[in-house]
Amino acid sequence: MTTTPHEEEAPVRGMWRQGLEVFVENRLALVGVAIFVLLAGFSFLGPLLYHTDQVHTDLTKVYLTPGADGHPLGTDGVGYDQLGRLMLGGQTSIVVGLAAGLLATVVGTVWGAIAGFAGSWVDAVMMRVVDAMMSIPALFLFMLMASIVTPTVPMLIVIIGAFAWLGPARLVRGEALTLRTREYVMAMRGMGGAGGRAVRRHIIPNAIGTVIVNATFQVADAILYVAYLSFLGLGVPPPAANWGGMLSDGLSDTFSGHWWLLYPPGIAIILIVLAFNFIGDGLRDVFEVRLRRR
Amino acid sequence: MEAPTQPLLRLRDLSTDIALRRGTVHALDKVNLEVRQGETLGVVGESGSGKTMTVLSVMGLLPSGGQVVGGEILFDGRDLRRLEAKELRRVRGVEMGMVFQDPLTSLNPTMRIGAQVAEPLRVHQGVSKAEARDRAIEILRRVGMPRPDKIVDDYPHQLSGGMRQRVVIAMALIRSPRLLIADEPTTALDVTTQRQILELIDDLREEFKMAVILVTHDLGVIAGRADRVAVMYAGRVVETGTTADLFRAPRHRYTEALMRALPESAAEGRLYSIPGLPPDLSRPLTGCRFAPRCQFATDECRTGDVLLTLDAAGNGHEFACLHPVAEPVAITASAPVAETAAKASEPLLTVRDLVKEYDAGGSGMRKTAGRVSAVAGVSFEVKAGETLGIVGESGCGKSTVGRVVAGLEPATAGQIIVDGQDIATLDRRARHHMHRQVQLMFQDSYAAMNPRMRIDSILTEPLEIQQVGDAAARRARVSELLDQVGLPRRALERYPHEFSGGQLQRIGLARSLALNPRLIVADEPVSALDVSVQAQVLNLMRDLQHELGLSYVFISHDLSVVDYMADRIGVMYLGKLVEVGPASQVVRAARHPYTQALLDAVPSPDPDRAPAPDTTIRGELPSALNPPTGCRFRTRCPLAQDICATEPPLQGGTHQVACHFPLRQEPAQETSAA
Repeated sequence: MTTTPHEEEAPVRGMWRQGLEVFVENRLALVGVAIFVLLAGFSFLGPLLYHTDQVHTDLTKVYLTPGADGHPLGTDGVGYDQLGRLMLGGQTSIVVGLAAGLLATVVGTVWGAIAGFAGSWVDAVMMRVVDAMMSIPALFLFMLMASIVTPTVPMLIVIIGAFAWLGPARLVRGEALTLRTREYVMAMRGMGGAGGRAVRRHIIPNAIGTVIVNATFQVADAILYVAYLSFLGLGVPPPAANWGGMLSDGLSDTFSGHWWLLYPPGIAIILIVLAFNFIGDGLRDVFEVRLRRR
Repeated sequence: MEAPTQPLLRLRDLSTDIALRRGTVHALDKVNLEVRQGETLGVVGESGSGKTMTVLSVMGLLPSGGQVVGGEILFDGRDLRRLEAKELRRVRGVEMGMVFQDPLTSLNPTMRIGAQVAEPLRVHQGVSKAEARDRAIEILRRVGMPRPDKIVDDYPHQLSGGMRQRVVIAMALIRSPRLLIADEPTTALDVTTQRQILELIDDLREEFKMAVILVTHDLGVIAGRADRVAVMYAGRVVETGTTADLFRAPRHRYTEALMRALPESAAEGRLYSIPGLPPDLSRPLTGCRFAPRCQFATDECRTGDVLLTLDAAGNGHEFACLHPVAEPVAITASAPVAETAAKASEPLLTVRDLVKEYDAGGSGMRKTAGRVSAVAGVSFEVKAGETLGIVGESGCGKSTVGRVVAGLEPATAGQIIVDGQDIATLDRRARHHMHRQVQLMFQDSYAAMNPRMRIDSILTEPLEIQQVGDAAARRARVSELLDQVGLPRRALERYPHEFSGGQLQRIGLARSLALNPRLIVADEPVSALDVSVQAQVLNLMRDLQHELGLSYVFISHDLSVVDYMADRIGVMYLGKLVEVGPASQVVRAARHPYTQALLDAVPSPDPDRAPAPDTTIRGELPSALNPPTGCRFRTRCPLAQDICATEPPLQGGTHQVACHFPLRQEPAQETSAA
């Protein structure tokens, strides 16, 4: 076998390296990463540089306009510094979003993979459970659950995660159904390999792309769910804060002209959801080999 | 044939680029071609030679990023590149017709046949719906569709592959184009259907006085049908001439090598294979593009540009080669290969009355009755060191036999005995072990390899599953395997998508060999490969067979490949083995009418070979859901009589046939010799 010049010169590039190249080519995905890094830095590192009291209310300093008395973004109706509160709210939103998204993805993936693999009646039963839960409006269930239990951060994660896994479950089940008929799975069976190996070495690694892409969208969704719940007054109780709750508070002050209470949390929610969607698109380019340009 | 002087289509220095994510591929480099009215021009070349890009450039259907960057496309004396958009659309839409390779994807599954066939009329001529329908029926009748008035209201999925290709041809013809471009029109079809379609194109060309460009990778298809041939290599035309001249006396070294790589021209049991791979067209190339793979190349070939020059004989034969072939190349039907193997008398694999049926349609609660009879009572033996070829058209059950033998699917009934053990009686452990003896090699090795695994993990996987050796021993075994199939060690760190088809097939073979099996079931192992690469893989498989004493069950639709590889051949039709015998006898003295029809349908790369008498089988393969009783071939057999409704047993000595009216008696001396 003679080697061609092409073969000699092409460097051995790993799957990850190539993937990174494709990801970097998607400008919007990079913008998404940048926005996420900025917002996360703002929320988690910000309080280290910019100290505010977010525990005690100060009724002498309510509704200060931005810039007044050392408050760059003003204060809210109970005297909390708005900029500091945005940082605190961001922490809750990002933590709950990431954790709930992850929980939903893991549960959904396992559920879907088992259903898709086992097939027959196991598949039928498992997927009917998913269908049944999907037929109930999620928001209604959130409200019900949130009114029964006191919302704390871990509780929010569980509540959101418990309903957001339905999407990934369906997705992964479909993926598993097609993957198990692939020729490389057949080749493996021809070597005497069993089902467990097929799942570990062939199905999961090949489904992981879809799962990761979906996970980013799940995170974006979870952040929105936190916002919905808090907007409806079912979020974490004060003095804890999150962007959705802040938006809800700000909305009631719209007509008083307190714009600084409305726009910053609103824009922050839009930005972070957008950022995760961009990242998801970029990852899809990486994993969807069919869409990838040569 | 007296050709008119003015060519209908003439390409002058046509260059096409395709912009990719990294760099630009110069797909065509100064291509010159011409086609006259009423003539068939064959364009041959391997994948990546630019043959399809040439016709796509003419039709303006280049893929995204593709652009004609230089030269002229003269159609009837006018340069298409200078026409304005509206006129260009009319010329391409009305005066040219195109037939694509895959008739399934070139038809819209949601449109009725009639509407689809008549669509060009409605678009370009504004014909009314009723008239369009009449014209569609008319043209469908012309392309030999049975019951065209019924078929106009059918959907594509209701038709077979051959019928769909007729519809596509009808679609191209309904505007009465002056030029018909057929891009691999029969590659997706079986040989018997291929023959019908090629004959149809031939007849229509005469009837409509069209010019035809027939693009194909198959030299056999060209030899029988084209008036003139253009051979392409790496984006250039390297040789053109009349079919007779070019096949009898090819001048370019590439053309010669291509012909010698055909399994038909195998001499002394070994195929000539062209070393290396075609060049990467995204890099600047100097000199003759074939030079790196050519054994006659000199420095002159590598430095200077080699242009098409006219043969001194003055017969219009042009070639771009500095060291042209002087002696004629003879392509003869291959000499019977000396029977080398089949030493051991003990069969390694015995298959007895194998039956495989699948439930048809319906699942879960709505179970519709009906079983697809994929394999119906097949028996054969494979001895150690022997190759059994199984041939048949798609749907005949040959792949199912392979999968069942390899232990991928359980048999519905019958026995499979490997090395004296019936695999149905084995317990789990023993069956797990049995996989070491029998391994499978796939048609599309890319699909059969996990795209997320590196070659080293792919090759160690069988060893891990069977728990052979420790990590170090496995690594050593993998290196040894790579050496055996002739790939560099660097291949280990790469992923499947970084390899070419031929290399992947080598890796696939290496993986099948990993467990030191005694039998390899190879399912169409070379049908996705180009001729020159196919020769490399076939040679490798034979070399390894000699070295390791392997047995092969070699499944293929291609008789010439099977003839080259196999010691014995079994011919399958609709789930039954209709003929088994020594390869040379089955191919040269077939006893079953189906085998004969199959042989006659194979296009021969020898233009002198007269087209076989009309033994073509007509009609369509019956459904395996409800197969004919008795001899399953009787519905299409020219010799069928009443007795054929009873099942003929497979009988004879070494050359068995299942037919009440075999074409020949078994040669007497062969039976006694066996």
